[in-house]
Amino acid sequence: MARTFREAAIAGIGATEFSKASGRSELQLAAECSKAALDDAGIHPSEVDGMITFTIDNSDEIGLCRCLGVKDLAYTARIPGGGAAAVATIYQAMALVNAGLCNTVLVWRAMNERSQYRFGQPHTQNLGPQAGNGTGSLLWCMPFGAQTPATWESLAAQRYMQQYGVTNEDLGRVAVAQRKYAATNPAAWFYGKPITLEEHQSSKWIVEPILRLLDCCQESDGGVAIVITSLERAKDLRQKPVKIVGACQSIPYNVEVISNYYHADLSMMPEAEGTAKRLYAQTGMKPTDMQAAMIYDAFTPQVLKQMEGFGFCKRGEAKDFIKSGGIDIDGILPVNTHGGLIGEAYIHGMNSIAEGVRQVRGTAVNQVKNVEHVLVSSGMAGAIFEKV
Amino acid sequence: MTDPTESAPNPPPKPTRLAPIVTLDAKFFWDAADRGEFVGEACADCGKLRFPPRPMCPHCHSVKRNEVKLSGRGTVYTWIQPRHPAPFGFKEPPIVATIELEEGYRLVSNLYDIALEDVKAGMPVEVFFVPTMGNHQVPVFRPRAK
Repeated sequence: MARTFREAAIAGIGATEFSKASGRSELQLAAECSKAALDDAGIHPSEVDGMITFTIDNSDEIGLCRCLGVKDLAYTARIPGGGAAAVATIYQAMALVNAGLCNTVLVWRAMNERSQYRFGQPHTQNLGPQAGNGTGSLLWCMPFGAQTPATWESLAAQRYMQQYGVTNEDLGRVAVAQRKYAATNPAAWFYGKPITLEEHQSSKWIVEPILRLLDCCQESDGGVAIVITSLERAKDLRQKPVKIVGACQSIPYNVEVISNYYHADLSMMPEAEGTAKRLYAQTGMKPTDMQAAMIYDAFTPQVLKQMEGFGFCKRGEAKDFIKSGGIDIDGILPVNTHGGLIGEAYIHGMNSIAEGVRQVRGTAVNQVKNVEHVLVSSGMAGAIFEKV
Repeated sequence: MTDPTESAPNPPPKPTRLAPIVTLDAKFFWDAADRGEFVGEACADCGKLRFPPRPMCPHCHSVKRNEVKLSGRGTVYTWIQPRHPAPFGFKEPPIVATIELEEGYRLVSNLYDIALEDVKAGMPVEVFFVPTMGNHQVPVFRPRAK
């Protein structure tokens, strides 16, 4: 393969159903969503020559190759940092295609995160430091009773909320907006089940006084896969290509994924601001060029902080932006139009990337009008998708 | 024959808190805690403090380290109470807090002797130690006079 620069595009997306009990192995979920994404693109599975997933995905590359019949894999990589690095899978795939090193890159994430193990419960089985998680300081939390993602998130979110007078009710408006989107999305676990702000406010505290039950994402079983190839090739494939205009990652000094208490000012998100700065410099674009955004929402505060980090509003103004309907379907910037990880499913951010692709294709169930560009963010990584 | 109705005084309850996870680079911190001492790590060459502990100074890249005694005083930065699910090892949900130490860095710990609704940002606190499973101790904090 000639190593000349080639633009990259997303040619296929695929998913299993999103459930609480898939009834089959994680490898089977990985194989099914991968096959679906390759079918969507119109590419034979044997042609995959690059594979990227998360460090913590339990399915093995060779195992998945043996399911798909991949004839000659040229590249494999795993991205550290859990969900925070979801969009970094797209970043790596883009770079591989740009560099002329791969022609068909398969990105996947598949898990029985509800039926087989539970991310939301105390992580006391994972006490030791594990490289590749990007959360090396969790061992400084465990003996003190901060043992779940919700507790780790809350210890940082409170500083942001104090700085800008953000209340739990302000957070609730994110959940209400996203559950409204999920209610009209047949693929969503919470299809047909919108919530009111009152229901949010009467849901139980998970972590007092920061997060209620309805501020938290789901625990889900399921898989999502995405196929990246060259823009030139994608034009001849089954779907309208979705160009990756740019993608990048930013991990500033002393920032880590979730036990993130050691950088100077916890009221802001240096990793989102760093990613935004690099992404806008790389693409020559700006926040107002986006018609929609898919923002990693393991917990509601993350949506506000990333909206500010990516410059969709100024620091401290996300609560008012959301209160005024800014993230709704007819708002200034519709956000997480599939329902997000809160409303659709928690496939570690990959289902939100798939929604970004559907919005650019014009095939989303909650379709935003006149979409040219969508920004997808997972906090430490971001990408901009473009209609061709 | 001992009278079964005259039982001995109850022994103190065994600690249920999880023992610290001791890595080679942070062993000095937990060994000190077991002795009831609150210490930090400073570069032996340039003198700068660092946390979490690590084998190299990010400023001068020396691998020489000194254990330094800390004042044990700090202020509350953020605080929470995990409600659901109940954290493992606690009979009552603890107040978990990030504490900003006088020496200029933060760490995660617990607050004692105060109700959740009475905690305020910037509140002065001081260190003391509580036992864990496996005969270890961890540093925790309680309010102090300014």
